[in-house]
Amino acid sequence: MAAGEPRRVGYLYVLPALAVYVAFLLFPLLHSAWISLFDWDGLTLGTWAGLDNYFTLFAEAGLRAAFGHALVLIVFFSILPVCLGLVLASALHRSRVRGLGFFRTVVFLPQVIAMVVVAVAWQQILAPDGPLNSALRALGLDAFAFNWLGEESTALIAVGLVGTWVQTGLTVVLFLAGIGRISGDLYEAARLDGAGVLREFRSVTLPALRPDIAVALTLTVISSLRTFDLVYVMTPLGGPGESTTVPAYEIYHRAFQSGQVGSAAAIGITLTVLVFALSAVVLRLAGGRR
Amino acid sequence: MIRSRWLAAALTALTLLAACVPGSNLPDTRPTDRQAKDIRTDVAAMGEVTLTVWDQEVRGGQDKQITALNAEFQRRYPNIRINRVPRSFDDLRNTTRLGLTSVQAPDVVQVNNGRQDMGAYVKAGLLLPMDGYAEVYRWHQRFPATVLRLARYPASGEPLGEGKLFGLPQGGELVGIYFNKQKLARLGIAPPRTWAEFDAALRKAKESREVPIQFGNLEKSAGIHLFGFALNRFAPTEDVYKLATGRQGVFWADDNPKAAAELLVRWAEDGMLTNGFSGLGSDAAWREFAQGKGVFLVSGTWLMADLEAAMGDRVGFVLPPTDDGKVAVTAGTSVPFAISARSRNPDAAAAYIEFLTSSRGMALMAEHANLPVVEATSQRPPTAFRAEVFNSWAHASETGGLVPYLDYATPTAYDTVTSVIEQLLAKRMSPQQVLDKLQADVDAARGGR
Repeated sequence: MAAGEPRRVGYLYVLPALAVYVAFLLFPLLHSAWISLFDWDGLTLGTWAGLDNYFTLFAEAGLRAAFGHALVLIVFFSILPVCLGLVLASALHRSRVRGLGFFRTVVFLPQVIAMVVVAVAWQQILAPDGPLNSALRALGLDAFAFNWLGEESTALIAVGLVGTWVQTGLTVVLFLAGIGRISGDLYEAARLDGAGVLREFRSVTLPALRPDIAVALTLTVISSLRTFDLVYVMTPLGGPGESTTVPAYEIYHRAFQSGQVGSAAAIGITLTVLVFALSAVVLRLAGGRR
Repeated sequence: MIRSRWLAAALTALTLLAACVPGSNLPDTRPTDRQAKDIRTDVAAMGEVTLTVWDQEVRGGQDKQITALNAEFQRRYPNIRINRVPRSFDDLRNTTRLGLTSVQAPDVVQVNNGRQDMGAYVKAGLLLPMDGYAEVYRWHQRFPATVLRLARYPASGEPLGEGKLFGLPQGGELVGIYFNKQKLARLGIAPPRTWAEFDAALRKAKESREVPIQFGNLEKSAGIHLFGFALNRFAPTEDVYKLATGRQGVFWADDNPKAAAELLVRWAEDGMLTNGFSGLGSDAAWREFAQGKGVFLVSGTWLMADLEAAMGDRVGFVLPPTDDGKVAVTAGTSVPFAISARSRNPDAAAAYIEFLTSSRGMALMAEHANLPVVEATSQRPPTAFRAEVFNSWAHASETGGLVPYLDYATPTAYDTVTSVIEQLLAKRMSPQQVLDKLQADVDAARGGR
């Protein structure tokens, strides 16, 4: 800011961005919070419910289960891809494979495809007589040829594994870029000191990748909590025995189909708070000193 | 001073928010009926009018018939402009709530039947009662009462079947039995007309290592149809009507619904249904049937055009079996056309709906492989298969054998029925538990009144 220019002029610079942000983000968010305090069917006049919608959130077993499923999905959408990503990225980086660009593209491809397409394709792969089970039976692994999407015990895992498949591409590319930034001198020094593959990974790669891990975790945790399309398309109506309902699905169902807009808004606000809280935790743990 | 300014701003914001209780922007008056004597039917004299129509006629044959009808309507009445907004069924269902409450509500909308959709809109006063139009356009004479009662609602939105008329459908739907003609011939059996014949056919198919009933319940919608199919075997149609619409006097835990639930369990146990049905999508199931996997397919006439295209003359259709010759079939109508209470041209909107459902409309429906809601038998369908479907519908709707879908009783009925049937077939719930849960759903809705 130029000297002598009144401080308030600063706000003018921020104004355009702020106006857009308020109109399309802040206001709808506050409006949702306001609606969540009502018992409202979206059609007639709402009645004041105070925090009732939030209390029932915790009291309803089905909703608690939905949040539980979202936490399970974090393992598949976030933790597994980050672990796999670390292994794959360091392996790809070390072995200096020919056609690295090709592999990187292949691994990243699921990220580019629309989620609905991914879901439809996997629904067919996982069908009772689909390619996956046919392949398992051909290998003599009949015991593992589950009715993936049709059993309560496997439906969530099946959806989760597809999530892992999608998100691993993102983490690998992120980590490959991160490893590329690490100075070769460090690796050389480690090798001169007699460090093996594991030691090198632990002492050089992992610490240097810390910020990238934080970014990967934040992105994938948020997307796992927001999961909707994958669940909605692969296991319509929340899967066998409501085994795959997630908060985002509940919001959709309540707001658009069963006419419980207040309750839907309450779930939405709770989900927002949860996303904020988990992101803060991730940043604190993994983001560390930076 | 700055602090007080902030305080004022905060207070203003609060007052603004408080002023907008959700739903307060909607009129709290109910739409008044259009009396027959006030209704104008001379469309050409209505002046320049634009009708916004939201429909879900987007699949192949549906889209063709409505496009042709819209063109004819506008040719006949150049002063009317149809602003058509086509959406898939799910998309339309999800946006109707917002559409009907918005300032620029569409004039004509296809509104899904049932308590949480049409019932809720009637209760909120968002739809125009159409009894005056029914009188003027003689809909009572042209449509069977069993068809019209599927779009009647009292002002409270429930129960379905009473009160004023709020919509008019273009097509019919019924759940019957598709069969693979080649397989029946190879098994040496005729299309089953009685339950004994159907049971025997299932056993024979099973012995010959065929899939007796092709069934895919991943979306859980096939389960509700199979249960309705079984229920019609045991319960009288009036009882099923009462159960389906949540009326007093019949209970889910009665013997008949119990027998139906037990039959479903037996079918699952005896391998009469596709292996792994809980993980098989309903579209995948009918495609497998079309490719020759499965002797029977219990499903609705909405698959008529697709199955005919895929199987040619290898596919046949029969009404559900009966033991006393009295037809009992789960049926409904296609999504009814309704008029928004906010429409500024309700007379033009009604004239348009009258045109869609006129004899000309029915002929175009049939021509493009849709099942016309009335006058089905006077059409000349090009295939024997289609003629069988048309005759089945005409026979069932004229003999009072139509039974509604099972999800009209409560706002949560669809979720409840589909979910308990899925659990029943997975043997995670006993027939008794299923019936208790169904009754609890009805009781809870009654308690809430």
